[in-house]
Amino acid sequence: MYRFDYQAPDSIEAALAALRKNDEAKIVAGGMTLFPTMKLRLARPDVLIDINRIGSLAGIGEKDGAIVIGALTRHADVAASKLVRNRISSLADLAEAIGDPQVRNRGTIGGSVANNDPAADYPAGLVGLGATVLTDRREIAADDFFTDMFETALEDSEIITAVRLPIPKRAAYMKFPNPASRYAIVGVMVAEFPDEIRVAVTGAAPCVFRVAAMEDALGKDFTPDAIASIAVDGAEFNEDIHASAEYRAHLVNVMARRAVAALG
Amino acid sequence: MKVSFSVNGAEVSGDVEPRTLLVDFLRNDLSLTGTHVGCDTSQCGACVVQMDGRSIKSCTLLALQAEGTQITTIEGLAESDSLHPMQAAFREEHGLQCGFCTPGMIMSAIDLLQNNADPTEKEIRDWLEGNLCRCTGYHNIVKSIQTAAKSL
Repeated sequence: MYRFDYQAPDSIEAALAALRKNDEAKIVAGGMTLFPTMKLRLARPDVLIDINRIGSLAGIGEKDGAIVIGALTRHADVAASKLVRNRISSLADLAEAIGDPQVRNRGTIGGSVANNDPAADYPAGLVGLGATVLTDRREIAADDFFTDMFETALEDSEIITAVRLPIPKRAAYMKFPNPASRYAIVGVMVAEFPDEIRVAVTGAAPCVFRVAAMEDALGKDFTPDAIASIAVDGAEFNEDIHASAEYRAHLVNVMARRAVAALG
Repeated sequence: MKVSFSVNGAEVSGDVEPRTLLVDFLRNDLSLTGTHVGCDTSQCGACVVQMDGRSIKSCTLLALQAEGTQITTIEGLAESDSLHPMQAAFREEHGLQCGFCTPGMIMSAIDLLQNNADPTEKEIRDWLEGNLCRCTGYHNIVKSIQTAAKSL
């Protein structure tokens, strides 16, 4: 890695002040994406602001019928949480399938969400579950939060503090993972709420997206057959050595049907 | 920048560049070379150690981030002359060939058994997703962990 300066503030205010002082400063939480990126010299922040000492940013709770997960909460803790398993078991499944145990012991939901990797799981989880991202200054609906590959609606120096998730009637997340990295080649979250059904896809396109046609069909008939013939257009999908755009488009339908089948 | 933490029960300290990785501090400053650098992409797990009771990849952590924590490396497992049960199981079940992945496998497996004292074969194989081995084909590694689970 190139040289950088390092600070470890113990409050959100101190972290914000540090971020505002330097344009090239970057927050590090779990570091499971940032450090590999820096080792490849694809990122070169002048200053790293380590927020791991801000204990108030971690924790899982229930408030007004929604689950609230602090930004610094580790994937392992979301996966192991009895509260999450009880209320939104698909989210516990999603967290448990991220990376590997050591990555899960450090990686955080806030970091994953802020980074918006096209193959990350949480973007599909948040959009599929109709979540809200809470920051130091406002709340942003998941539908508005993930804007483009590695881009989000966050302003400069804005810090995610928590994610708030309504509790679905039922939901499932199905992922077709890359066998080595375990990133999602395609991952689909299907969730049913009293007034809507949400189908969110990660891994296939540059950014997470919803499949309205599947949501409508499932609203009428919540079965795998109802969406069997709904194809997604893979023209703009990701293409790499692991999967072609066409194969990703095919996998979207397969994973969506598996998610629905799991809830049958 | 100054850093101090505990390694295998002993307090250590150093003066490091921020970019110094924990694995490099362990190997180069503390001469604890049992923890290995295998890939540089955070995938292989040869660098796995325990920090405050949780297995982590020491190649993907700054030494500065270990401040105030308790680190356990492979060197910290044996008690005087007797091997840790996990080490003994790897020896008994021939769970290694070249041995490069082995410290990481052992540190990772100990974390598994702390979380799940009686894992199924599938649970063991799933847990080892972050530990790569080029020699053994994993069968005897899985056997070693099953044997250790019986004695732990």
